[in-house]
Amino acid sequence: MSGQFSAENIGHGTPGHAPRPATDQQPSHFAFDETSEAEIATILARYPEGRQSSGVIPLLYVVHNQMKRDTGSAWLPRVAMDTVAKRLSMPPIRVYEVATFYLMFNTKPVGRHHLQVCTTTPCWLRGSDDIVAACKAEAGLRAFEETSADGLFTMTEVECLGACANAPILQVNEDYYEDLDFERTRSLIAALRRGETPERGPTIDRYNSAPVGGRTTLLEEVGTRHADGQPGTLPDVV
Amino acid sequence: MLNDRDRIFTNIYGQNDWRLAGARARGDWDGTTAIMARGRDAIIAEMKASNLRGRGGAGFPTGLKWSFMPKVSDGRPSYLVINGDESEPGTCKDREILRHEPHKLIESALIASFAMGAHTAYIYVRGEYFHETRHLQFAIDEAYEAGLIGRNAGGSGWDFDLFVHRGAGAYICGEETAMLESMEGKKGLPRMKPPFPAAMGLYGCPTTVNNVESIAVASTILRRGGAWFSSFGRPNNCGTKLFSISGHVNRPCLVEEELSVPMREIIDRHAGGVRGGWDNLLAVVPGGCSVPLIPASTCDTVLMDFDSLRAEKSGLGTAGMIVMDKSTDVIRAIARFSRFYKHESCGQCTPCREGTGWMMRVMYRMVEGRAELEEIDMLEQVTRQVEGHTICALGDAAAWPIQGLIRHFRPVMEERINAYKRTHGEGTRLAPTPANLPVPMAAE
Repeated sequence: MSGQFSAENIGHGTPGHAPRPATDQQPSHFAFDETSEAEIATILARYPEGRQSSGVIPLLYVVHNQMKRDTGSAWLPRVAMDTVAKRLSMPPIRVYEVATFYLMFNTKPVGRHHLQVCTTTPCWLRGSDDIVAACKAEAGLRAFEETSADGLFTMTEVECLGACANAPILQVNEDYYEDLDFERTRSLIAALRRGETPERGPTIDRYNSAPVGGRTTLLEEVGTRHADGQPGTLPDVV
Repeated sequence: MLNDRDRIFTNIYGQNDWRLAGARARGDWDGTTAIMARGRDAIIAEMKASNLRGRGGAGFPTGLKWSFMPKVSDGRPSYLVINGDESEPGTCKDREILRHEPHKLIESALIASFAMGAHTAYIYVRGEYFHETRHLQFAIDEAYEAGLIGRNAGGSGWDFDLFVHRGAGAYICGEETAMLESMEGKKGLPRMKPPFPAAMGLYGCPTTVNNVESIAVASTILRRGGAWFSSFGRPNNCGTKLFSISGHVNRPCLVEEELSVPMREIIDRHAGGVRGGWDNLLAVVPGGCSVPLIPASTCDTVLMDFDSLRAEKSGLGTAGMIVMDKSTDVIRAIARFSRFYKHESCGQCTPCREGTGWMMRVMYRMVEGRAELEEIDMLEQVTRQVEGHTICALGDAAAWPIQGLIRHFRPVMEERINAYKRTHGEGTRLAPTPANLPVPMAAE
């Protein structure tokens, strides 16, 4: 394809998302590995014959995952988008459109830990300003969209994450950390820096979205008690 | 207060096993084929009798919606699409169903699809709900393995496939036609209606789009009867509902209650009351950020249902309550909603694309007070010009919170403007002539 249109200069479907600058980090080559090929086969089986373009969002996730495995950074190089387009028999521009319309796709590299801070009103009322401040202080960042010099952290401002009863929320890669404050955010990021993966979910003494101090409903035990699924026992999804 | 025995979502906090064994112990998948054996007309009649209204925000009668699907196929397949794109600020109910009650959703999806003549259903889950999707996918795999869904699902004679489709971070995809576009691999731009999805939806085929909660309650309604469900709440506002309570309460939480429960009772009984006591309450956004806020004086008496909140010029929406105490800068709280809509507008319709940005910029000047008093009226007029002039309801949703603010907190806005003038000198004209319009924020 001609060099005139690229993921960097086609503009932006989501207002509020500035077109990303061209980076010199674009790899020259991309091919799906074995793991990705298996995921793609699962994905394409979900959609009717001739409707394989429905697979574009899932395939872009496959790219994210493979880039994360290979480079530690989940993002969409342009050659990878072209590969997706070819696989789904779509014009590349249609893939670029999708990649830039949806906020979760990164068209440039991000840090190993992608700090996605919700600052929408429910989180803001519960102190999301402190979470932003803690991310800046502990991860060594000055602003949103910035990646720390060591490549460990990128901070992005996101809109409502849909877990408002556990506000404020910080999403690190796929994991929600809930009921945060300044200090707990600092220690979370410090732990990530040490290579640890703190348990996701509420960071205070609280059971999921039940009120602090215990449930006000469903007081009788129903069924059998069961520990929540441990990470790794569940399938990864694309 | 609703009795525990009348709660539908008995594992909503994930306090028990969410997998198949646990779900069965709670009564899910009990007699599913017998329900299906009643036939699609009887199922739809029972759903109509339950008076269930859609739980995604618009409140359209669910049974009626199902009945729009063609009885006889013209050769095109029918689809059920379940909307789990929950992104409305203040709303976090579907998340709990997806991760803690997935089998209720899967069983209900089977029954609903059968009632609509659909052999395939998709659950569209917002991309951020990664772990919720893993739970759901695990539960679907369990259901396939147990023969509950798939070919001849549960021995019912009905072939049924259920797939999960993840979104990737776009609020607009919660709009039903934008969701269909997104599922087809495109940007989430809402479609013109008509044709309605029931005539031409996913892949041009008859499609019904229902919220996760609307579908998930179906199996219990059919098991216990429409009359049981409609015995809760007031006429036209029937059944039980998941309420999420966030913001300035002592114990934010999610809870299932009957509709028409007093707002104050929900906040006091389940969420530990307003921070600093009920007298410290400033306002509540009762149903996700799209509905206008209501001031504390109204919160004393208002009931959490469609009609009571509409009478207060607000709405039940998703029943995601955002509570604000008196320490809140209410103008900033609403301005943040304006920024949300600015960010999430798909850009397709001019009034919304341009209007959301304009409203956001004016709202942030209102936060500072850097405005003229007459601009409050101008802002109100602009919201009226966006409202009702766009393909989908996002334009309306962007307009309503601002209208609510002006309706109830105009004196606060005026005081902010006067205070700014006092600090920066009387007679400072700040009318929005092109020369002194603020430079667009970098965040845009």
